[in-house]
Amino acid sequence: MIEAVLVMNTQGKPRLTKFYHHHMTAEKQQEMIREIYGVLCSRAENVSNFIEADAIFGPNTRLVYKHYATLYFVFVFDTTENELAMLDLIQVFVETLDKCFKNVCELDVVFNFGKIHTILDEIIFGGQVLETNCIEVMKSVDEIMKLERSSNTILLAPIVTSGRNSR
Amino acid sequence: MVPAIVDSLLQRSLEDLIKGLRIQMIGETQYLNKAMEDIRKEIKSTDHQMKAIALQKLTYLNMLHGFDMNWASFHVVEVMSMPRFFHKKIGYLAACQSFSEQTEVLLLITNQLKKDLGGTNEYEVGLALNCLSVIATCDLARDLTPDIFTLLGSSKIYVKKKAISVVLRIFKKYPDAVRVAFKRLVENLERSDVQTSSAVIGVFCELTMDDPVSYLPLAPEFYRLLVDSKNNWVLIKVLKIFAVLAPLEPRLAKRIVEQVSDLMRKTMAKSLLLECIRTVVSGLSDYKSAVQLSAEKIRDFLVEDDPNLKYLGLQVLSTLMPNHLWAVLENKELIVKSLDDEDPSIRLVALNLVMGMVSEENLVEFSQVLVHYALKSEPEFSNKILGSVLSTCSRNLYQLVSDFDWYVALLGDISRNPHCRHGQEIERQLIDIALRVEDARAELVRVSRDLLINPALLGNQFLHRVLSAAAWICGEFSEFLKDPFEIMEALIQPRTVLLPPLSRAVYIQSALKVLVFCFHGYMNKKENMLCDLHSGSRGSQRIVGEDLSLQVGNGGLEVSETDGKSCSAAEGSESVGGEILADFDEIEALRDDGLIFKKESLLHLVNLIKMAIGPLLESDDVELLERARNLLGLVDLLEDSPGFLAVNEGEENANSVPESSEIIELMHGVFLEELTPVSVHAQERVQAPDGLTLPQNLSELAAIIGEDPLSPSGVSIGPPQSGEWDNISFLNKQKQEPEPSGEGKSLLEEHRKRHGLFYLSPSKGETESNLDYPSANVVEAPNDTPNAPSDLVRLTEKTFVSKKPTRAKPRPVVVKIDDGDEVVTQTEKQMKGSKEDLLAGVIRDVLLSGKGDPSSSSSHRKEKNIMDMHTPEENSEAIEKNRHGSPSSKRTKHKSHGKGRHKSSGKNEDNEKHKNGHHQNTKHRSWRRAESPRKVDPQAQVIPDFLL
Repeated sequence: MIEAVLVMNTQGKPRLTKFYHHHMTAEKQQEMIREIYGVLCSRAENVSNFIEADAIFGPNTRLVYKHYATLYFVFVFDTTENELAMLDLIQVFVETLDKCFKNVCELDVVFNFGKIHTILDEIIFGGQVLETNCIEVMKSVDEIMKLERSSNTILLAPIVTSGRNSR
Repeated sequence: MVPAIVDSLLQRSLEDLIKGLRIQMIGETQYLNKAMEDIRKEIKSTDHQMKAIALQKLTYLNMLHGFDMNWASFHVVEVMSMPRFFHKKIGYLAACQSFSEQTEVLLLITNQLKKDLGGTNEYEVGLALNCLSVIATCDLARDLTPDIFTLLGSSKIYVKKKAISVVLRIFKKYPDAVRVAFKRLVENLERSDVQTSSAVIGVFCELTMDDPVSYLPLAPEFYRLLVDSKNNWVLIKVLKIFAVLAPLEPRLAKRIVEQVSDLMRKTMAKSLLLECIRTVVSGLSDYKSAVQLSAEKIRDFLVEDDPNLKYLGLQVLSTLMPNHLWAVLENKELIVKSLDDEDPSIRLVALNLVMGMVSEENLVEFSQVLVHYALKSEPEFSNKILGSVLSTCSRNLYQLVSDFDWYVALLGDISRNPHCRHGQEIERQLIDIALRVEDARAELVRVSRDLLINPALLGNQFLHRVLSAAAWICGEFSEFLKDPFEIMEALIQPRTVLLPPLSRAVYIQSALKVLVFCFHGYMNKKENMLCDLHSGSRGSQRIVGEDLSLQVGNGGLEVSETDGKSCSAAEGSESVGGEILADFDEIEALRDDGLIFKKESLLHLVNLIKMAIGPLLESDDVELLERARNLLGLVDLLEDSPGFLAVNEGEENANSVPESSEIIELMHGVFLEELTPVSVHAQERVQAPDGLTLPQNLSELAAIIGEDPLSPSGVSIGPPQSGEWDNISFLNKQKQEPEPSGEGKSLLEEHRKRHGLFYLSPSKGETESNLDYPSANVVEAPNDTPNAPSDLVRLTEKTFVSKKPTRAKPRPVVVKIDDGDEVVTQTEKQMKGSKEDLLAGVIRDVLLSGKGDPSSSSSHRKEKNIMDMHTPEENSEAIEKNRHGSPSSKRTKHKSHGKGRHKSSGKNEDNEKHKNGHHQNTKHRSWRRAESPRKVDPQAQVIPDFLL
């Protein structure tokens, strides 16, 4: 089970956070992010990608991270996931981003809040790995984005109360 | 209408917000607060677009900047129920992000979710499922189970895989859903498309980890996947399942071992290989060839340059260690080299492995090298090393340690490591060894002395606990002190103000003991000298002991006489004084401890004490104050008493025993008794005296306290402090006699006589003679510290070659108490959450009853599988086993578990019934359904043994 997915930049600014089964206050989440960043930035370049996260997330949790350009991608998970498979999953996520944004960079992640979440939700569902095939993910994401655009084109039409009535 | 449009045109989108954030001039906090203000206004708008955008911005700020959004939960519900996909999606994301079990508005979204789950657009269904997978509560899960059940049969893969995944959350929140959906879930296990099987095996993997036994009947399905699947993700999950199932069922292990080994040989994927190794290590460790193969593969990991593989390889190795130490030893060089790795995670695992290799034969070398290595490691790792050395050496009452002089010296070395943060543990071990190992006391005193006389160490707050232990040891075993005056000075030196009050109190108490020892030695010596003079044989000596009191009686008279002589002689004629001094020297040369107690030094000591301890009489700390009073009280008493050092003057009445010597004798007697370890159960064995009736609870006491407003917060009830206090009071428990009165001593002796059985007889420790015990090894750090890892490698080679224990000297006696020293008492496994227990019970019910149902299509398949998997011989054999074997007993156990769970679930439901009445009917139905399977005759309800 995956507990959390975090993307933060090398200055420790979070760019994407998703906690699957830890319901906690926003401040607590921010505190965890800071803690994790503290660990990450203390690690040298060519060391392993795994960290035991017991101290931060409770017993038997581990953390795998990958450093791309200015971003850290961090997955937190428990013993039902394979560390190397998680490393691959980060790769899947980043590759998908790369395909969706054509040479993804930090700014894409910053400005495409909704889309990033759509992509992530197609890969990880409620903490479980749902889809690891880049092409499949892209297909669904494209469909969803299309649907989203088409439902958002008639911006100026007054839709004030119609929704409420139709409920 | 028009203002709304204008507003929405003027509203800042999320993109505007982010852009603004990047170029803001007014400071981030201010900018964000302003944005929040806008959001609070906009979110109340009746315009869908504006509301949704405001919510999107809020979600963003919550997620990345930690702003609270619980206040907006009703708006989240509003946006979720908007008709447009664009808005809906924003609403669902916000719900995933902010809703928890406590969110009240959750009750409002059931119908919306129902509607979206039943929608025609698969992506809308996907949104609802995704949301449910994160926020589903018991109520939601119960109400939506039928909808999820429908979706499990969906023809759209996109929907189906999400429906499968969401089942996990549904089951966990609402175990009774198993009765509805389990069969369909299992059917999906038999599908061949990767997306479905990947999702479903993921669910089963999670479920199996929580309660493996319940899923044993599904093993044939899992086995089929293991054989047929080509997808690594699926295989990894299957292997995870088998890793927990195989230990439960030996025949299953036998079945899969070849398959797993095969995978291990063929696969190119490291992740899969790693999982195979893990499965072998945890589930198939009885199969030698498989273990051998995984050991080879682990070695491949270790020699790789990739730090990830190295780390994981070492980690797997440490799980292999308990049963297959040889696999660790085979790789010892690689492991030891990893101690020097630049990756802290790798170093840590390597350290654990190294400590696992330690045995009685190589403990000394390993510990020595590790402690030196810790000196040059970075602080955190250094402490880890020291911590593991300490815990390894003290394991099972120092089982591995045969040379305590060495170990005690090592403890001293560890304390001196500037990074050392294990003061408390070292303190514990020092005192523990002092009490348990009589032979180590001389060395303990030496090590303690070295620690105490170094004033620099007082500056390290992490050492304070160690220092207080050292002080206690020097006081308690002062007979081993080479130079008591030097210790005395160390104990009352001005820098002790750096110590916390409790440690300082120990220092002062120890000073009291040392002072008594000094005076006693002084008087004793005079007697000795006297005896010598009288008997003519100068070599004869008597040290402390029981016969001393006799001497006092006999020699008292002569003491003053001779002393007067010697003193006046010292002042007057040089020759006589010289003679006497020569006598002294000779006597001392013959004595082991070689103490020089001169009158001048004692006087100096007394003055020093008065000067250093005097100010403490105004201390705020009670403990400190008390100890200081004890010490100064004794000094005053001695000074006031007619016999105090005045014997030297030669003017005293020679016919009476000097009072001071009597006092010292008394005090010395008090401190003479040896302390032994006390059984932790000692208190239990104290029988309550007749006629003592103890009230059942303390309610009366509470009443008393309540009535008395003056007593401040019940100070009088218990010990005012705990923790450190306990420690201190333990240290001084038997020794401390505030007033040097004869009554006190007799009381103490009486107490000891009465409760003698709770102390170990000292005879145990005394059986070992001190004489043939070599003196302590002096542990000096070599100046040229060699490269530790390479050193260790050499050591491992050396020490693993000769397995024969070649002990130079016998291990000293370590005092053990029969019952009190059980180091680790296995605590019962923690009970899982009631929900999980419920779930397990229901799953078993479903699996047990479902298989008996002839209409179930899957059960047919399973039986076929069962046949496929086994040869006829195995079949009959297994049947035999099954008839007499454990499965039936297992089954009955399950049954009773199930019952217990159902009871509790019934209770839950009762509670809930009061809360929301409209759920009553469905609940009752499910409750009845839950009950029905249990009516089946337990004998007929066999766990379908697929292995037959």
